[in-house]
Amino acid sequence: MASPGRQLEGRVALITGAARGQGRSHAVRLAEAGADVVLVDICADIASIPYEQPRSDDLDETKRLVEAVGRAAIGVVADVRDAVAMADAVDLAIDQFGRVDIVCANAGVIQLKPSTAITTSDWADVIGINLTGAWNTIAPTLAPMIERDEGGSIIITSSAAGVKGPPNMAHYAAAKSGLIGLTRSLAAELGPHRIRVNCLAPTTVDTDMVHWPEAYRIFRPDLDSPGRADVVDVFTALNVLPVPWIDASDVTDAVAWLVSDEARYVTGIVLPIDAGTLIK
Amino acid sequence: MSEQRTTGPLHGRVALVTGAARGQGRSHAVRLAEDGASIIAVDVCARVGDTPYPGATPADLERTAELVTAVGQRVCLEVVDVRHLGSLTDAVHRAADELGGLDIVVANAGIAGGAPIEAMEASAWQDMIDVNLTGVWNTIKAAVPVLRRTADKDPSRRGSIILTSSANGGIKAPPNLSHYAAAKHGIVGLVRSLANELGPEGIRVNSVHPTAVDTDMIQNAFTYKLFRPELESPGKADVEDLFRSFHSLPIPWIEPIDVSNAVAFLASDRARRITGITLPVDGGLSAR
Repeated sequence: MASPGRQLEGRVALITGAARGQGRSHAVRLAEAGADVVLVDICADIASIPYEQPRSDDLDETKRLVEAVGRAAIGVVADVRDAVAMADAVDLAIDQFGRVDIVCANAGVIQLKPSTAITTSDWADVIGINLTGAWNTIAPTLAPMIERDEGGSIIITSSAAGVKGPPNMAHYAAAKSGLIGLTRSLAAELGPHRIRVNCLAPTTVDTDMVHWPEAYRIFRPDLDSPGRADVVDVFTALNVLPVPWIDASDVTDAVAWLVSDEARYVTGIVLPIDAGTLIK
Repeated sequence: MSEQRTTGPLHGRVALVTGAARGQGRSHAVRLAEDGASIIAVDVCARVGDTPYPGATPADLERTAELVTAVGQRVCLEVVDVRHLGSLTDAVHRAADELGGLDIVVANAGIAGGAPIEAMEASAWQDMIDVNLTGVWNTIKAAVPVLRRTADKDPSRRGSIILTSSANGGIKAPPNLSHYAAAKHGIVGLVRSLANELGPEGIRVNSVHPTAVDTDMIQNAFTYKLFRPELESPGKADVEDLFRSFHSLPIPWIEPIDVSNAVAFLASDRARRITGITLPVDGGLSAR
């Protein structure tokens, strides 16, 4: 069978950045496959990040969507930069559900600016959320996962920009590239415990992280107030397949495959879902 | 023959699989059939050159056909050598006409061998390049016009080409496999160039990179001796720990179905935005 069916019945997934976008999409799909989920999101704006973050209503909506497919969900408002809060979230998951089998370290932010304009605090925010945040998410899950000795699957959301290095996102590319090193080292280390660690390298995904006015202006400096339609051709030109961006569900399809038994011997890989941008 | 299934994510699609008589190719054919595809099963059904293990037989290919039929799908068998572009092209066109087009191409046929450079015969080099690299190019060359014709008639049928490279030969490159590594690395070049060439029309090209798979191609006396030369006549048990040491996961090798599951993923709409990638199925071998 191609679809995972209910093969995640009895498993528990921890997902960060779960209030919307890719994280919400992953949460609902894993729940459809039978997993109970712990949903983490900051649910508040971040001063240096030039687009709105989700609100607790959004996290509640993800929870509702999970419950609507018949699974249990816990929502946790936490900043992935806060190691103590993330350890508490994992403790809560184990208290409520008894285990964590699947980790989707998905929370991430972006800024687009030339490196001469990146401030020390910009750097700290992007590295702190995108790289250290993933570590803070994964680290507290490892000891219990090893001790339970039933394997596990960790999925880290890197980016095509973590493989290549596009301009005007030095901190983002550094963090996303760092996630690839984290993936490989953890995969080698945790393989003997049958814990698989893989990362995703999506091209542009059609979510709120991409669609904000200043981003449009960076990609279309020739226009006064460019909109979504004005950047379609610019983004399409980045990909090989004739699409400007992919859907969150396309990334989720890859997540669903990686966590399934179909990928039982896949570990340490960087999986591009990138419409070919990396080989263009 | 059982009634043809009318469900599955690949229902109504047609898949070409080379090297389909046994091993990974047979597994791919059956797996894609389970997902709903009709199958064009190609194999040379003979020993190739001086390959140090028995060749597939016509009976093996017939067995693949029985297994595909048993899951309710149609199958066309073609006994063809992938080194012969003319007969391969004829076979692919003929079978695609019969089954109603072509959507998925799995260029899987391959051989193995190994020797230090001084001991490697020029004929061994040539056979390896001819089968494992040129044979793959021939397969794509034969298939692309049919993929295009199929997509022209029905734009929802976008082709997916999957090439079988290798983790050890196509990402890493251990000693005594110079011909194999050259061919399997060459496949990566094919993937990337053809993904760029065919992507604008929605045809995707990717490769899978398995570690050692538990098939006749590696489970044979030659391989055992290559890895345990100090033993007089080593067997499967004598190489198991060594093979396990190559991987992060505690496994000596993987099963054909593990590669088939990756092929089925790449073939499906679940991977509709994935092209130009080199997908390891290798227990962590290439990431260490």
